[in-house]
Amino acid sequence: MQDAISSTPQLASSSITQILWLIPAVPILASGVIALLKQPKRKSAATLAIGSLSFSLLLSLVAFGHVLSSWSQHASTARETANFTWIQFASTNVDLGWVLDPLSAVMLVMVAFVGLLIFIYSTGYMAHDENFMRFFCFLSLFAGAMLGVVIANSMLLLFMCWEIVGLTSYLLIGFWYQKPSAAAAAKKAFLTTRVGDVFFLLGIVWLFAQTGTLLFYNHGAGSMESSALGGLLIHPAAFGLTAAGAIGLMIFAGAAGKSGQLPLHVWLPDAMEGPTPVSALIHAATMVAAGVYLIARVYPLMHAGALLSGSTTSLTVVTWVGASTAVFAALIAVAQNDIKRILAYSTISQLGYMMAGLGMGGVAVGMFHLITHAFFKALLFMGAGSVIHGSHEEQDIRRMGGLRTAMPATFLTYAIGMLALCGFPLLFSGFWSKDGILEAAQHWSVARAPFYMLVFGALLTAFYMTRQVAYIFFGHSRTEKHAHESSRVMTVPLAILAFFAIALGIIGTPAWPWFRAFLDGHSVSFDLSGFSEPGLMMLMATSSVVVLCGLALGWWLYGRAAPAPEQPDVLERAVPIPWSWMRDRFYIDELYGATVIAFYYWWARVADWLDRRIWGGAVTLVAWAFRQWARFNRFFDTDWVDGSFDKGCEELATGGGLLSRVQSGRVQTYLRLLALAVVVLVGLLIWSSRA
Amino acid sequence: MSIVFYIVAALAVGGALAAVLLKNTVHCALALTIAFAGIALLFLQLDAQFAGFAQILVYIGAVAILVVFAILLTRGSETPKDGVYGRKWPLGLVIAAAVFSDLAWAVLQSARVLPHEAISAPTVTVLQIGNALIGRYVLPLEIIALLLTAALIGAVIVAMHEKEAGK
Amino acid sequence: MTPLMSYLLVAALLFAIGLAGALTRRNAILVLIGIELMLNAANLNLIAFWRYGPHPESLTGMMFAIFSIAVAAAEAAVGLGLVISIHRHARTTDLDAINRMKG
Repeated sequence: MQDAISSTPQLASSSITQILWLIPAVPILASGVIALLKQPKRKSAATLAIGSLSFSLLLSLVAFGHVLSSWSQHASTARETANFTWIQFASTNVDLGWVLDPLSAVMLVMVAFVGLLIFIYSTGYMAHDENFMRFFCFLSLFAGAMLGVVIANSMLLLFMCWEIVGLTSYLLIGFWYQKPSAAAAAKKAFLTTRVGDVFFLLGIVWLFAQTGTLLFYNHGAGSMESSALGGLLIHPAAFGLTAAGAIGLMIFAGAAGKSGQLPLHVWLPDAMEGPTPVSALIHAATMVAAGVYLIARVYPLMHAGALLSGSTTSLTVVTWVGASTAVFAALIAVAQNDIKRILAYSTISQLGYMMAGLGMGGVAVGMFHLITHAFFKALLFMGAGSVIHGSHEEQDIRRMGGLRTAMPATFLTYAIGMLALCGFPLLFSGFWSKDGILEAAQHWSVARAPFYMLVFGALLTAFYMTRQVAYIFFGHSRTEKHAHESSRVMTVPLAILAFFAIALGIIGTPAWPWFRAFLDGHSVSFDLSGFSEPGLMMLMATSSVVVLCGLALGWWLYGRAAPAPEQPDVLERAVPIPWSWMRDRFYIDELYGATVIAFYYWWARVADWLDRRIWGGAVTLVAWAFRQWARFNRFFDTDWVDGSFDKGCEELATGGGLLSRVQSGRVQTYLRLLALAVVVLVGLLIWSSRA
Repeated sequence: MSIVFYIVAALAVGGALAAVLLKNTVHCALALTIAFAGIALLFLQLDAQFAGFAQILVYIGAVAILVVFAILLTRGSETPKDGVYGRKWPLGLVIAAAVFSDLAWAVLQSARVLPHEAISAPTVTVLQIGNALIGRYVLPLEIIALLLTAALIGAVIVAMHEKEAGK
Repeated sequence: MTPLMSYLLVAALLFAIGLAGALTRRNAILVLIGIELMLNAANLNLIAFWRYGPHPESLTGMMFAIFSIAVAAAEAAVGLGLVISIHRHARTTDLDAINRMKG
């Protein structure tokens, strides 16, 4: 099943593939145009952004239709690429290109669609912000870059767009840069993902060096195709890994940074400092999913060398990291009080689920959860934005309450999203996608622990979401301010997303596993006997029970009697110490602060001392030497050269003065001299002739 | 050497000394005349009659008078305030003495090569001198003529009153 | 002491006296007087050498002396004219005072 991806035939590129590059290019171009517009032209900026993304959505739908038709015709996955050489060195080429296959097609549609809805939502949410233009410029740039990541067939193009995505994330988190917390959060996000990106880049370079090509698929010569993978498997790296395994781990390090997996998750909660549409689009639906998408893209590499139903080292690591992250983040989410922070930790937890799904079940399992999660998480964030907007910028859930009556549309859509996230049985897409992961975990050959971890995570998810909903929407209002429903431009996208949060479930049920078939490239038919796979009904029942337990527990603790805002939380009273750990995020940030950051500051101080004392001292010494030399030169010049010259001239003048006395102007003096000279000469003459 | 020689020589030398040493400039000029006369007598003793008379004619008759005129025209008869001798006059004396010693030494040293015995006195007639002037020495004669003309004109011009105003 | 030598010594003496006068006296005219004495001494030398030298019949010495007298006369004329001219200008014939050509 997983091997099918690497061995699917490659068709000649059609016209849609040739113009595939327009999908990311148009939003980037729109971003450039918005940047150059003179302020303020809000309508133009919004129109440009929404228009460009609509165009991209249109093209994405056409591309999706094209892949769909070729899939339904051939009942196998066809992949089309369009590659070209960008730079040519002596014998190596740097190639760029884009690929159109089911994986990129579904991702394109999801990103464009959710992005468009959020763009529309933002026109309402950011209507009162004075930096409207800048917001849409960055948002458009982000959309273009994300779409570029999706279609990239070249590791280099993917990395370039990856970096632009990271940049726009930084720009948008720190959108309100006057707030010091926002600026710090942006910096933290950038630096933390940077750590992952370093390993990613090393992996890219290693892959390029080993396989000689940057392209994923190139009619058999690409790095994700069998010949290259075979070569990678032969080469041993360190610690008993093959080259394939080592490169896979390094690429996973980059994905872990971007997708907030366990050691590098610290930036995601702080990224909630950005505006809510940003949180919805970037930190829920798309950018953080880029890491998962990357692993899906290089899945052949990760999976290379696995025995028939076994796993490779890279995939095992991915699974363990994903499962740990899922549980870890869910625990922290239980004890948070900021509405967006709960959702942020929920995102981290769900990303863990996706990674675990990829590791244990393959591309289709992980990607299905990614797609469904994008819809309902975006829905939840946008709903949270609506709640914040309606409660006059209040974000602490302990100060909200009873919004069910004040904001009914928001409540309804939020509830749908929350149930989808919890995985409420049967009706909601989240149930089917999460079940897919749990099923893969159940059948994982390496260990069973991830299965139990993921089940526990599901319980926690249901629990904390119930807690949040109970605090916000039920009971009576805990503040005096009256909340109001948001405008239609904000609630209509919510409704659309809610629809999809339910409807997407259909394509993932075991009776009609359309999504899996589409990605894996074989035909599918509606067959209720899919439900009769051994252990499947048992699993569905187990997960339903777990979810209902979580919901019931949450309702019993928080829903029956609305807690007062000043009182400590029920659980806090019950188990204060674990509660404090969970609330304080297990002190990971503090750990980093004490180790990495402290080391960094120490190193900065050392470097400063070096610079100031040693290099600065050297420079000062050289400067001092030069000054001394200059001084000596001046002394030399003034006193010796000048002095000697002056002395010489003085002597000359004196001599001249002395000699000029000969010219006394008196005739008799001249006569005397003449006579003297004659005497001397004659004397000489006589004396010399005497001999 | 005969006694005449010594007297005449003494006359000449005495006149010269007087010409150089006297305070009154006019007395100097007159002493000069006596010196010229002495030298003319010495010429005559040397059987150079033409030269002797030429000496008397030109030197005593013209140059000495000229000197007197010049003295009179430049108020030379008045005694100057600072004395008649210039500054550093001993130096001049020493140099003159050195010159004399040089010449005397030369003369005395060349005693060997100088002719000893007097040749008989030559007879020199004016005819001979005339012939020599026109014959062998015609060129110097013409040049002397030119020179005298030039000296004449030059002296007139040099001593002429300037015609410009301010004088 | 041949006769020639005595004449030469007299001439040398006259020359030295004339030189002494030219070098020591203050008045410009007396310098010219000294110069005339020097010239006369030279003439004496010439005549003496003519008389006691070989070939006195060729009249060389006498001619030389006669030309010398002529030149001396011309020179005395011009020189005294110059002295008169300078006297007119500087109001004095004191050679110590006339140093306009001082260098």
